[in-house]
Amino acid sequence: MMGAAVTWQEIAEALLEHLRLTFIALTLAIVVGMPLGVYLLRERFLSGPVLAVLSAIQTIPSIALLGFLIPLFGIGAKPAIFALFLYALLPIVRNTYTGLGQVDHAAIEAARGIGLRERQVLLRVMIPQALPFLMAGIRTSTVLTVAVATLGAFVGAGGLGTLIFRGVSMIHTPTILAGALPAALLALFFDTVFAFVERWVTPVALRKNKV
Amino acid sequence: MTIRIAAPPPSSKPAIALYAAGHCIDNRWLARHVDLAINVGETFVLMGPSGSGKTTTLKLINRLLEPSEGRVEIHGIDSSSLDPAELRRGMGYVLQDGGLFAHQTVRKNIGILPELLGWAEANIRDRVDELLNLVGLSPEEFGDRYPTELSGGQRQRVGIARALAVDPPVVLLDEPFSALDPASRRHLQQEFLSLSRRLKKTFVIVTHDIFEAVLLGDRIGVMNEGALVQSASPGELLRHPSDSFVRSLFGKNRYQLRLMTTCLRDAMNQHFGQPVLEGTLSPTAVELHPDASLWDALDTLENQQADVVHAVGPRGVLCALSRRDLLEATVAA
Repeated sequence: MMGAAVTWQEIAEALLEHLRLTFIALTLAIVVGMPLGVYLLRERFLSGPVLAVLSAIQTIPSIALLGFLIPLFGIGAKPAIFALFLYALLPIVRNTYTGLGQVDHAAIEAARGIGLRERQVLLRVMIPQALPFLMAGIRTSTVLTVAVATLGAFVGAGGLGTLIFRGVSMIHTPTILAGALPAALLALFFDTVFAFVERWVTPVALRKNKV
Repeated sequence: MTIRIAAPPPSSKPAIALYAAGHCIDNRWLARHVDLAINVGETFVLMGPSGSGKTTTLKLINRLLEPSEGRVEIHGIDSSSLDPAELRRGMGYVLQDGGLFAHQTVRKNIGILPELLGWAEANIRDRVDELLNLVGLSPEEFGDRYPTELSGGQRQRVGIARALAVDPPVVLLDEPFSALDPASRRHLQQEFLSLSRRLKKTFVIVTHDIFEAVLLGDRIGVMNEGALVQSASPGELLRHPSDSFVRSLFGKNRYQLRLMTTCLRDAMNQHFGQPVLEGTLSPTAVELHPDASLWDALDTLENQQADVVHAVGPRGVLCALSRRDLLEATVAA
């Protein structure tokens, strides 16, 4: 049973693929999600429908979503990345929207009143004060994406899921673990790192419990 | 910014002029048909109960709100033809609780506009030091603090310093002292008064506090239900209120307000007090400028346990006024 079913090199390659899927999907989600969150704050009447659609996407079972995307993107990394991107979108959009929305209104008004342009108000006042929220959104999305990315193997995207699928079909626990354990550790690792980043970017004066 | 060749020399125009300006939201007029001219170097107070349209009027001036009717001119130029950010950089803006940026230090808060305008770092530093000293905060002690580490009064001082950062000719203040406790409010008002006299800028202050209005305003514009009811000097407003609403603002404080708006010179002109001859000066008399209010005079007498005030002009003592003279002058005023 033990045999050389999985080599270290295989695990490392799968891990790198996994990271690549996660990284590309997250980057897309941030690049699209944050501006979308800002836009929803401007056009508040759209926020309800848009957030509802993003929530609905979250409820589609991952395997089904990947299946739906095969006709559109074929087999490989593309459908997986697109699915991960869709899942990652909601936490980022929602946290951007609520985070920017809770910024002290007097500070925003003062910034406009002393002559900051809308862009400067956003970059100098709103985003810095909402950073903890924005980072929390990215953190949630990252952990989610790392976990869901294991299903990428289902459409041939590679990643740690490949090992898990292989282990399941062989009913070979060590092979399953070779994929599942790094995936779990990866999620924990990102969660911890982002927890620190979140705290680090929180402006000193806004920290609830100072160290 | 476009250059307007036809623009007349700014000095001949009021700093701020509203022509039948108003603002309407959801069919409700927050301010309506406001005609107003604020002169260069004047401190103008917009005064009225909450919901009377004074903040709306203030925001029409710096275009935080756009006029739904009429127009606004700044130094003779139609404000709608100006870039809003550019316009506001020529006007400081102070909010009720300072509106400071909680994530930045005092230094960064005050220096934000100079920084965005690309000032050299050393110049920003010097300017922030200068402004902190101007508003009575030590740069060493307060420069690196965050807004949450300041008292309400200190936050307000920082707010004022920030509004003055790029030396705008006009400064707008919306209820600047309202969030403070009475003692520090009075204190800050006095400091603001001397600051405003030194700076010679055009100030527009929104308040619902009649004492603040009388103390700080060269002229007061009384607002009620979105309309500007009367614009006049504090003394004029007290003595000749245009209607019962304006009169009702003073209520039981009428005499105190008269004391505050009558100066020693006014009392002398009404032949109160005794002329002072060389050699007959009372050694225990308190010396005050003829422009000092009767209120200040009485207060000084009380504090110094004296009985006589000498009004002192550039050429020596003009007149001696007893406490009785001061009180009689108040009733006569």
